[in-house]
Amino acid sequence: MQRTGAIHRLAGAVALLTALAAPAAAQLELRLMAPAAPGGGWDQTARSMQSALVASGAAKSVQVVNVAGAGGTIGLAQFINSAKGDGNQLMVSGLVMVGAIIINKAPVTLDRVTPIARLTGESVAIVVPSASPIKDVKGLAAALKADPAKVTWAGGSAGSVDHIAAALFAKAVGADPSKVNYVAHSGGGEALAAMLSGRVTAGVSGYAEVEQQVKSGRLRLLGITSAERLPGVAAPTLKEQGIDVVVVNWRSVMAGPDLPADKRKALADAIEKMVKSPAWAEVLKQKGWENTYLAGDAFAAFLKEEQVRVAEAMKAIGLAK
Amino acid sequence: MVESLAALAQGFAVAIQPLNLLFALVGVFLGTIVGVLPGIGPALTVALLLPITYKFDPAGSLIMFAGIYYGGMYGGSTTAILLNAPGESASMATALEGNLMAKAGRGGPALATSAIGSFVAGLIATLGIAMLAPWLVEIAIKFGYEDYFALMVLAFVTVSATFGNDPRKGLVSLFIGLALGLVGLDKLTAQARLGFGVPELLDGIEITTLAVGLFAVGEALYVVSRRRHEPETVEPIKGSIWMSRSDWRRSWKPWLRGTAFGFPIGALPAGGAEIPTFLSYSTERRLAKDKGEFGKGAIEGVAGPEAANNASAAGTLVPLLTLGLPTSATAAMMLAGFQQYNLNPGPLLFAEKPELVWGLIASLFIANVMLLVLNLPLVGLWVRLLAIPRPWLYAGILIFAVTGTVAAKPSPIELGMLALFGVMGFFMRRHGYPIAPVVVGLILGPMAEVQLRRALQAGQGDPLVLVQSPVAATLLALALVALVAPLILKGLSRFRRAED
Repeated sequence: MQRTGAIHRLAGAVALLTALAAPAAAQLELRLMAPAAPGGGWDQTARSMQSALVASGAAKSVQVVNVAGAGGTIGLAQFINSAKGDGNQLMVSGLVMVGAIIINKAPVTLDRVTPIARLTGESVAIVVPSASPIKDVKGLAAALKADPAKVTWAGGSAGSVDHIAAALFAKAVGADPSKVNYVAHSGGGEALAAMLSGRVTAGVSGYAEVEQQVKSGRLRLLGITSAERLPGVAAPTLKEQGIDVVVVNWRSVMAGPDLPADKRKALADAIEKMVKSPAWAEVLKQKGWENTYLAGDAFAAFLKEEQVRVAEAMKAIGLAK
Repeated sequence: MVESLAALAQGFAVAIQPLNLLFALVGVFLGTIVGVLPGIGPALTVALLLPITYKFDPAGSLIMFAGIYYGGMYGGSTTAILLNAPGESASMATALEGNLMAKAGRGGPALATSAIGSFVAGLIATLGIAMLAPWLVEIAIKFGYEDYFALMVLAFVTVSATFGNDPRKGLVSLFIGLALGLVGLDKLTAQARLGFGVPELLDGIEITTLAVGLFAVGEALYVVSRRRHEPETVEPIKGSIWMSRSDWRRSWKPWLRGTAFGFPIGALPAGGAEIPTFLSYSTERRLAKDKGEFGKGAIEGVAGPEAANNASAAGTLVPLLTLGLPTSATAAMMLAGFQQYNLNPGPLLFAEKPELVWGLIASLFIANVMLLVLNLPLVGLWVRLLAIPRPWLYAGILIFAVTGTVAAKPSPIELGMLALFGVMGFFMRRHGYPIAPVVVGLILGPMAEVQLRRALQAGQGDPLVLVQSPVAATLLALALVALVAPLILKGLSRFRRAED
């Protein structure tokens, strides 16, 4: 009995803190799904949105629900069923889900949801161990052209943004992407350990995850997959080094299917208010996320393009038919 | 060394501030609670607390997270011993002998040796972090795929310690576990295996669902089926609830050996807590003077794995603090905690924020002491659980198992699997098949498979890559010795007998 008491007290403290932070303006009471277990990128996005939405007055209250499993596609299926026409439900999504739908052969796709806005992005870094004979992007490109199978890459799970970036890199330098020797790892930490152990030729990882190792000189940063140089990051982009690869691990927020126009506008307005608030700026700074805000039809068009691009990349790698 | 000591002393000055002491106490308390409840692990707790602690000062909240981490590791063993429901995979080895002890009325000493063993291991391992971290991490990051694979082969060899009397039945159990380990998306190629079109199966089978189903639900069903045949014989307390002189004598060496397994393997980026607990269990079984007692509740089999478990929890902080490498779910959440304050763990953190790092290390010592102070008095209360009449107790265990599973993964399919594994556990008990090898197979099988394939992938498919590293070669040789030596010894003694 003591135990449940303590948990209630804890829940009470959470509610109290949230209430204290809320100005009494907005009426929206949102249910925000993070289609993943607590702790990952989508969960952190959802929880950051929760506090920023309330702090900026864009919503009265936000409840975060975690539905983990199968790269977010279990959450997606549940969301499509439960959020139909509902102007109070949102789901966090992103590039990873686009890939997971293809890999898991999910019965429902992102075509069913109502895209609201793209919010954040994280660029991917390409690194080599500091003892590697490869000094720059050209060296890596030459090695790939000579024999793509001899170049081993360490990165996140199969079909992840890292994997797609490695395949696009190979394709851009004229090597066969289906021969890319990509060693998949289940988490950023495990992949990073493999890069440090020197068992692989190169590593692909979110920039924030390798930043410390690059600064301390254990890894050499060859390039970043963003379209333009990131503020505060000295590394050149792949694009400016003549390799046309731009991959950003973007995250977005979606609403349910068949949403009436007025409800869609209300949600889009709330998200815009949040994005423009100082609370959100603070979140982006803290987490090292790029602001990639893109709303409405422009985002819907972008989503379509990414679905095509990812499907092509998966085919080229051999992960999808 | 001297520098480290001076820095540690300063760290204590930070950690001993009343407010930080309070944070440590809250953390340890919360950690113990969530460790006791299956389904809610330390990682989830830290994730939920992160947004709240944002307003606190960094030292305080990180100290609290460390307390949660240590407390969670300890709390899991309480349910493993008392209810045969290991809260996480690291407590599985503890459940084997611990629950048998509890049933024989020795739940008190089992809980005590696990509390004191955790304390001793935590203390030594924390000292290890303070003294050896920068040096240990240089070795740890050199560990490659083939070295991990060799370590897992060694762990596999020791699995036979959980087989019981009939090796054939043990192997059957092990292969059931290995087959279950295949379920889900293949980690390297993302192809679905044994998924049967059920999306929930794509992530594979949850270890805690299998363990709780086989151990707790299976046992509840078995007890019900035997109820008419056997009178109630469970004695909640037999002898003292404290450790006797002989308990102490039998516990201290396993504590130290468990620590020796747990800390270095925990410090490896892909080491984990499961392998050291199994290694410790089988070592203790092999070294035990009275071998007949293993399988009936031997205190060595609780003392060793519990120490290994806690030491490995401390070990995972080595790559986290020195490299910023999160190697467990909780460590990943603590990393997020650091980043919340714009702090990046890694070599630079020791130089830039020494007071924070050493304050954290010092607070680990304090968390350890608090865990002991908090848990030893509770032993007397916990063992009273066993005095509950059996129908009530097992009904309670079933509710506990179900709510824990649903809390971890709210899905009807997960609940269905729990029931299925429960029925499987019942029939395995009924026909004398050991249960532990199933869980061991599910844990070790996928790990070994993935590391083997990665090693071959990185080595361009050349099998020689598996023995080229000195570490891998040594570990494989050890595994071979462990496998062959008992057979040769047996053969020799038979030969001698024939000569006589």
